[in-house]
Amino acid sequence: MRVLHLKVNGDDLEVAAPDHWTLLEVLRYRLGLTGSKQGCDKGDCGACTVLLEGKPVLACMTLAGNAQGRAITTIEGLMPAHIARGGSGPDPIQAAFDRCGALQCGFCQPGMILSARALLDRNQAPTRAQIREALSGNLCRCTGYTQIFEAVELAVAESLGVAPAPRAWEAPLAESRAARGES
Amino acid sequence: MAARDPHGVGAPWGAFHVVGKPNRKVDGLAKATGTAVYADDIALPGMLHAKTLRSPHAHARILSIDASQALALPGVHAVISGRDLPIKYGVIPWTQDENALALDKVRFIGDPVAAVAAIDEDTANAALKLIRVEYERLHAYLDPREALERHDPAIHEGHKTGNISKHVELAFGDVDAELAAAQLVVEGDYSFHGTTHAPIEPHCAVAQVGADGLLTLWSSTQITHYVQRALSRVLELPAQRIRVVQPCLGGAFGGKSDPFSLEFTVSKLAMLTGRPVKMLWTREEVFYAHRGRHPMQMHYKTGVSREGRISAVDAKILIDGGSYSSFGLVTTYYAGQLLTGPYDFKSYRFDSTRVFTNKPPCGPKRGHGSVQPRFAFEVQLDEIAEQLALDPIELRRRNFQGSHVRTVNGQRVTSNGFLQCLDEVSRASRWSERRGKLGRGRGLGVAGSMYISGTNYPVYPNPMPQAGIQIALERSGRCTVFTGGNDIGQGSNSMVAYVVAEELGLALDQVRVVAADTDLCPVDLGAYSSRVTFMVGNAAIDAARKLRAQLVEALALEWKIEPGRVHLAEGRASDSGDPARSISSAEAIQIAEARFDTLGSTGSYNTPQLGGDYRGGTIGASPAYSFTAHVAEVEVDEQTGRIRVERVWIAHDCGRALNPMIVAGQMEGSAYMGVAEALLEHHTLNRFGLHAGPNLLDYRIPTSVDTPELAALIVESLDPEGPYGAKEAGEGPLHPSLPAIANAVFDACGIRLRELPFTPGKVLAALRARKAAAPQEAR
Repeated sequence: MRVLHLKVNGDDLEVAAPDHWTLLEVLRYRLGLTGSKQGCDKGDCGACTVLLEGKPVLACMTLAGNAQGRAITTIEGLMPAHIARGGSGPDPIQAAFDRCGALQCGFCQPGMILSARALLDRNQAPTRAQIREALSGNLCRCTGYTQIFEAVELAVAESLGVAPAPRAWEAPLAESRAARGES
Repeated sequence: MAARDPHGVGAPWGAFHVVGKPNRKVDGLAKATGTAVYADDIALPGMLHAKTLRSPHAHARILSIDASQALALPGVHAVISGRDLPIKYGVIPWTQDENALALDKVRFIGDPVAAVAAIDEDTANAALKLIRVEYERLHAYLDPREALERHDPAIHEGHKTGNISKHVELAFGDVDAELAAAQLVVEGDYSFHGTTHAPIEPHCAVAQVGADGLLTLWSSTQITHYVQRALSRVLELPAQRIRVVQPCLGGAFGGKSDPFSLEFTVSKLAMLTGRPVKMLWTREEVFYAHRGRHPMQMHYKTGVSREGRISAVDAKILIDGGSYSSFGLVTTYYAGQLLTGPYDFKSYRFDSTRVFTNKPPCGPKRGHGSVQPRFAFEVQLDEIAEQLALDPIELRRRNFQGSHVRTVNGQRVTSNGFLQCLDEVSRASRWSERRGKLGRGRGLGVAGSMYISGTNYPVYPNPMPQAGIQIALERSGRCTVFTGGNDIGQGSNSMVAYVVAEELGLALDQVRVVAADTDLCPVDLGAYSSRVTFMVGNAAIDAARKLRAQLVEALALEWKIEPGRVHLAEGRASDSGDPARSISSAEAIQIAEARFDTLGSTGSYNTPQLGGDYRGGTIGASPAYSFTAHVAEVEVDEQTGRIRVERVWIAHDCGRALNPMIVAGQMEGSAYMGVAEALLEHHTLNRFGLHAGPNLLDYRIPTSVDTPELAALIVESLDPEGPYGAKEAGEGPLHPSLPAIANAVFDACGIRLRELPFTPGKVLAALRARKAAAPQEAR
């Protein structure tokens, strides 16, 4: 057992935990920050992804002691940080995931959203190939990733003030509804 | 129970305000911000942590269990084994062959044997190592063909058909005569290898027993109602003394449909210790819990006319069930029953046999029972098209069964948009310009399918509704809907909110949904068989229309107008004859509450009488069927044997898309899962029955770079009985992925892949065989 000095979502915290505990265990079991998920506990799935100094890391593969002295951002930290910067409501990337249907079961999404946040922080206009690459450490089992890509692209389009690309289903569906007299 | 009146396909006031639009989900922001609570996020004061000791042998008799050293370890509060939970259970009432912890025998590596509750996970794990179990090893069956013929030792002693779990043989029409008369008969063997669900959330359950004896179980289940029933049976408690709650669920895909060992063990441990108990399975345990898609060895023989009209289909299927029955009775039927659309067969026969083996038990995975036969049959159709020199899409069009017809096995098909599905994928993929013309190593392939929107056969026969809804409407303008339906990420809670908001003319943010809590919600049979939109949606319309009638009557009386003039939409009530008269829905509710008392209503849905008039004729009978067509575009590297799926066009007839964005997400997620089963995923065991790679690295689920571009094309056929015409979208669109890829590989390089998954080794072997068969071929 040792006392750790952690900087989590802007707060300096002291927390006692066994020496072998990972950052994920400390976040979930000591600090009650259960937004970071455990999907495999061996670094395969990415559900536990948090940001360390703005870079995505696997909290299940990071000893809590090694995270001391570095800024840790969890999914719970995004909305307050956005509000502190003068925004309102959730971070735009969180809102974009919601608006695009990218959240099905939602279990992988805290990690996915943090990986996307880190991508957008270093690249304001990523291509789809760059989005695929940046999210390749976060497994999603529900969506087939398409709506996740669309969410990141929506956030990018809005930050650049351009219209997002239409989705495959939109035009054919609108056409067939119009053909039977529905709007 | 007689069928309820169909709710029709129209919007209540001529145009939809909520339904049919890409609205947000009711729980999206909670999930995006990390505040949604999943089972493992629950922590209760004084909670103990439980762990399971599992069998290291595939088949063995338990001679003794000694837990004395484990119990003596400081921090250990209880150890239980099979003797503590001796009553068998199983999701199908006729095949209850599971124990929460093995009683006398273990039947696969990973079968639960004992469980420990301790102050923390580390202590519980340490205690597991101190439990001494003496086994007598038995012959282990790992090959389903051996289990078909050998019954000693029996995997389930006393099972009346030995190691055969279930056998079904059904014939419709004169298959032999039709085959003899057919102008072309194509015959072949196909095999499906076995895959698993791999939801990113591992199974987790938390139990608490109050001082009054009331048991509460929070569990990552997709069927709260059956878990409550199973707990009642095994724990010998009245069901009304058990509350089962499904918290937010991190993916299921059928893999959380059975009652599972951990639900019984945490409940029992909580009862024994008087403390809350949690068990979270490791990823490895999830792989062993399995219930994944059954391996099948399939032989198909199809007879057609020169014009390509199907006259006979003859199927023989061997199903590897693994160690327990699970949903296997249904699987064995579904393997045959769900093939009879979207094509018209003159005659059909299937013979399917599920055997027990000493492997993790198989069960329902997205597209239960029918993905494997669909693969075989759609590849065989492609072979027929090839031999008749017909375009594969044209062959499928010629055999289209039509809408409002009865299938060869007696199932009622209502709406059927399969032809439009073929049109959509043909147009989007530029099929006629590009198929066969993409050059060496690149190709397009097509496949079609059909799936159920729920089944009229409840897992336990009863005359009560399959779905129930309660609505409370309150003077602040808040509406709460109570549904027993399980939102497993597919968006069923959102669907319920859309329906109720539409019917009562509320804004979406006025509606709350309380779901999947057996103390608070009416019974619903859960999230399986793609039943939720159809059944729960209809129940929600039923309940909402009763309340709507009260609102309309109260306002008509208040305003002294004909009820037909009252219009409820988007959070307002107005008089269509006097645009100046418009009030908020909260004010409208107050008028109705003053007139009628506290406002609330109930509604339900049950299926009409359906199904063929023969034993098993109701299994696979659905109030509506969905239809799908895919075109896959692939590139085959003939040097390495690697297949790359570039793109899949998915056209799916979902009746009406109550939210096209959610429907598209289901279609894309289904196609992704099918592509993964075709190319990457393999739930495989070694010769001892040990899993080859029970983790998310070795079991290769696709990453964002492995997944092809997916184009969802929604076809709305407007079903006469679905809620506003809706049918299912969550399972059907998986089916054609596998055969469409196989057929595209044929277009790319002339090889027929009949055995899944399509590994580079199999591709290279097929390429070598093709070369050997045609040595003159230029290279």
